[in-house]
Amino acid sequence: MSQSDTQRACSSSSRVNPDAWQAVCSQEDLVRNSGVVVWLDGAQVALFYLPAAEGKTLYAVDNHDPQSGANVIGRGLIGSIKGDLVVASPLYKQHFRLEDGSCLEYPQQRLRVWPVRLNAGQVEVAVA
Amino acid sequence: MNSNVATLNKMQTLIVIGNGMVGHHCVEQLIERGALEHYRLHVFSEEPMRAYDRVHLSEYFSGRDAESLALSDASLYQTPGVTLHLGVPVLEIDRVRRQVVTSQGCVTYDKLVLATGSYPFVPPIEGAEGESRLVYRTLEDLDAIRAAAVNARRGVVVGGGLLGLEAANALKSLGLEAHVVEFAPRLMPVQLDDLGGQALKAQIERLGVGVHLSRATQSISAGEQYRYRMNFANDEFLETDLIVFSAGIRAQDALARLCALEIGPRGGVVIDDTCLSCDPNIYAIGECASWNGSLFGLVAPGYQMARSVAARLCNEVAEPFTGADMSTKLKLLGVDVGSIGDAHGNTPGARSYQFIDETSASYRRLVVDASGKHVLGAVLVGDNSYYDTLLQYMQNGIALPAEPASLILPSTEGAPSLGPGALPESATVCSCHNVTKGSICSAIDGGCTDLGQLKSQTKACTGCGGCAGLLKQVFEHELIARGVSVDKSLCEHFAYTRQELYALVRVEGIITFDELLAKHGRGHTGCDVCKPAVGSILASCWNQPIMDTSLVPLQDTNDTFMANMQKNGTYSVVPRIPGGEITADKLIAIGVVAKKYDLYTKITGGQRIDLFGAQLHQLPDIWAELIAAGFETGHAYGKSTRTVKSCVGSTWCRYGVQDSVQMALTLEDRYKGLRSPHKLKFAVSGCTRECAEAQSKDVGVIATEKGWNLYVCGNGGMRPRHAELFATDLDDSTLIRYIDRFLMFYIRTADKLQRTSVWRESLEGGLDYLKDVVIHDSLGLGFELESQMQLVVNRYECEWANALKDPEKLKRFRTFVNDQRPDPDIHFVQERGQRRPIMAAELHLIPVIEEIA
Ligand SMILES: Cc1cc2nc3c(=O)[nH]c(=O)nc-3n(C[C@H](O)[C@H](O)[C@H](O)COP(=O)(O)OP(=O)(O)OC[C@H]3O[C@@H](n4cnc5c(N)ncnc54)[C@H](O)[C@@H]3O)c2cc1C
Ligand code: SF4
Ligand code: FES
Repeated sequence: MSQSDTQRACSSSSRVNPDAWQAVCSQEDLVRNSGVVVWLDGAQVALFYLPAAEGKTLYAVDNHDPQSGANVIGRGLIGSIKGDLVVASPLYKQHFRLEDGSCLEYPQQRLRVWPVRLNAGQVEVAVA
Repeated sequence: MNSNVATLNKMQTLIVIGNGMVGHHCVEQLIERGALEHYRLHVFSEEPMRAYDRVHLSEYFSGRDAESLALSDASLYQTPGVTLHLGVPVLEIDRVRRQVVTSQGCVTYDKLVLATGSYPFVPPIEGAEGESRLVYRTLEDLDAIRAAAVNARRGVVVGGGLLGLEAANALKSLGLEAHVVEFAPRLMPVQLDDLGGQALKAQIERLGVGVHLSRATQSISAGEQYRYRMNFANDEFLETDLIVFSAGIRAQDALARLCALEIGPRGGVVIDDTCLSCDPNIYAIGECASWNGSLFGLVAPGYQMARSVAARLCNEVAEPFTGADMSTKLKLLGVDVGSIGDAHGNTPGARSYQFIDETSASYRRLVVDASGKHVLGAVLVGDNSYYDTLLQYMQNGIALPAEPASLILPSTEGAPSLGPGALPESATVCSCHNVTKGSICSAIDGGCTDLGQLKSQTKACTGCGGCAGLLKQVFEHELIARGVSVDKSLCEHFAYTRQELYALVRVEGIITFDELLAKHGRGHTGCDVCKPAVGSILASCWNQPIMDTSLVPLQDTNDTFMANMQKNGTYSVVPRIPGGEITADKLIAIGVVAKKYDLYTKITGGQRIDLFGAQLHQLPDIWAELIAAGFETGHAYGKSTRTVKSCVGSTWCRYGVQDSVQMALTLEDRYKGLRSPHKLKFAVSGCTRECAEAQSKDVGVIATEKGWNLYVCGNGGMRPRHAELFATDLDDSTLIRYIDRFLMFYIRTADKLQRTSVWRESLEGGLDYLKDVVIHDSLGLGFELESQMQLVVNRYECEWANALKDPEKLKRFRTFVNDQRPDPDIHFVQERGQRRPIMAAELHLIPVIEEIA
């Protein structure tokens, strides 16, 4: 998962090349206020859906937990800490910001993030 | 460090005789002060067990074992340079050769500390021997009493002093009819005056203990109804099966007499203000020492002497020993008794105030000096809440209020209790460890904001424990005075404790997290601290299935997927096996499932079977098969009832007295699925042999001839704690009623993730308070707690069976929502005939992460 170093967080989908969007699942597959995981050409992408949130309601981050080496981030609990939306890894409970994948406790750890959007009942992820 | 010694470069030998409470404290202090740099330390102990807490000796009968009474880790006596000789009494001291003589040889000393304590005095009475001549001082004494009690119905204690009453209580707790025979015309003649003694007698008789005053036992002969007959003057007699003597103690000064050290008028080794005997190389401390003609039968003065001697031997400035305050407060047979200073008003010119309440048999007396300005002493029976204030008035010479009597009058009128703020800096808060208010303040100024930390830093409250209430008050008062608010908020979203949130949820009938957050919290989302905590509160209040859509996002990941996540992201599955009882068919069914999904299987400590290595998408299929075979979820993933362990009991075991398996099944069926602040473990043993280890559980039940004994708040694991005996000889329905109340009270009042053991230790008022609430219904909550439990029981549903019926809930059990494949990064290897997760080092595909903290 070495890409995570070079991948810049992209918070607005408008800057994405229109050809890069790829449908990964339907909106029905999402679980409110929680995560599910999709398979995307060898990558595992965790999708978190917060329909009641004020700004963005959908986030896509890497399912791979750098600390445990297990693919479990999609099963973490989401919350807010000091204004940031975060997911807590289910194994060692460290927190990652959904916005840019950075880790609150260990700056060396960072999750890859993808631009993601809802489009006509489909969830689409932008692949660079 | 002593430069003389250092230059001589020669280690001296220091011997401590006696490893009781005071001898031990001296050793601790010596080590702490660096004595091992110039002394080799030898400690000789007559008893076979290293120093234990004699003050709490009686707890040996209420569930504590010898090890948990020990005053230190065994490792203290393994410190290099320290040798503890257990079970090796010193037979003689040769002061000329400076040697101590034991059956194993001689050891030469440079300095010697006598800490041989006291021994119980048994008056020479014809016929007193064996079980009619028991005493109450050591663990071995208690073993002898326990053995004698096995076939006994009645027990008598000779001596109505402090220890005698404690011994009577012990006999009562062993199930005997207890009597106290006192030579003097009142109980506790040393501490109490006549009226105080009368009030205490009335209270104790109400508890069913016989009190016989002004009786001198003249001889003991064979009895008719009972084993022995105690013959008093005037042809009066009392029959009994065993007799415990508690007629006072005598200083253990045999060694000192033998080597001709000076002995005090009432026994004991004469010491000066530096605790030195008449031999400049021999010190004496604790109960074996006589200072200014007085002996001191309490730990606090003994500890004072120990500290003084340790300091002197390390060439530090030592505080001289100049006598000690013998004030005491106790709960004897559940009755508060306190005695402060000059309780008898013997000081010339002393005057007293008295308060008597015959309806509740309480009595208080305040003794003031001739000027009426200062407290000289006090006697309290029935209510010790006045003790701390009165003691502080006396110890610190604080001027009395205009109306001194208000200090002992019932507090409805708002008596001027002495707030911690009114105490001078020099006020002693803990006399055992000589901790003043000033030293508590400096600990706080040094950054200490936690009571537990304060105790370990200053040692306050780690002796007799009598200062607990005052310590807490002073600590909190000082924290608040420094503007430190003791922050108990759950997290940044809720400025409430778990207990407060629990009350809000119940009182306002809140059933969702969002509602609670909107009404009482901040923000829209919550976090991984408050969500599971609130989820657990909602579940224990209303017991909705945890997979309900509004609850799912609240659960800890294990709760969400109703399985325990393991280190590689796979799950373990634990079906419920109530009471550990299982049929062959069910065993086969588990085997079939394990084999089909290639799961690693292991028997757990809770008498069930754990199946490891299931992937997320396999969980519904595995559970469908287990449920079809008659299993239910085991809730191994939740903070909830885990298991009820049991032994086979009277059905098969020749010792069993009740059907422990049936009881275990009843309990497990009742409490399965109960959500609580932390996991709950139970066990039921079929007799006192305790094969199910019930005394290490949150709720332990042990069968007796007459019913069940209930133990609560035990714990295994990292911080083991023995469960405490809570109630005895209960019938089935009372047992369940008590457990209902106990558990619901815990759920209501515990902090998040607080096990029952920790909760119990933090309960103000301790076990007695818990008994009051549960057994005597002191809060009037009994019915409510029971009906709340009944609601939870009625709503029980196997969560997995519920989830399998609902396609919406099953949506989550997909490794990938857009692909059928399993997680390609999960790998196993074979080991001992089963598979286990591969380790990172064995697999180049999984990068080894270096930054792991
Ligand atoms: C049931 C009970 C309840 C009590 N409650 C309280 C209370 O609430 N508050 C309070 O302040 N105090 C209380 N006390 C008193 C307190 O326990 C004693 O004051 C304290 O233990 C005295 O300590 P010590 O070291 O002087 O003597 P001990 O603790 O008696 O220790 C002396 C040790 O020396 C050993 N010894 C004797 N001779 C030799 C020898 N020749 N060679 C080797 N070893 C020898 C003895 O076997 C013993 O182990 C209570 C005592 C009892 C029994
Ligand atoms: S606890 Fe008693 S009844 Fe149960 S197995 Fe052991 S000896 Fe038998
Ligand atoms: S007064 Fe004994 S422990 Fe504090």
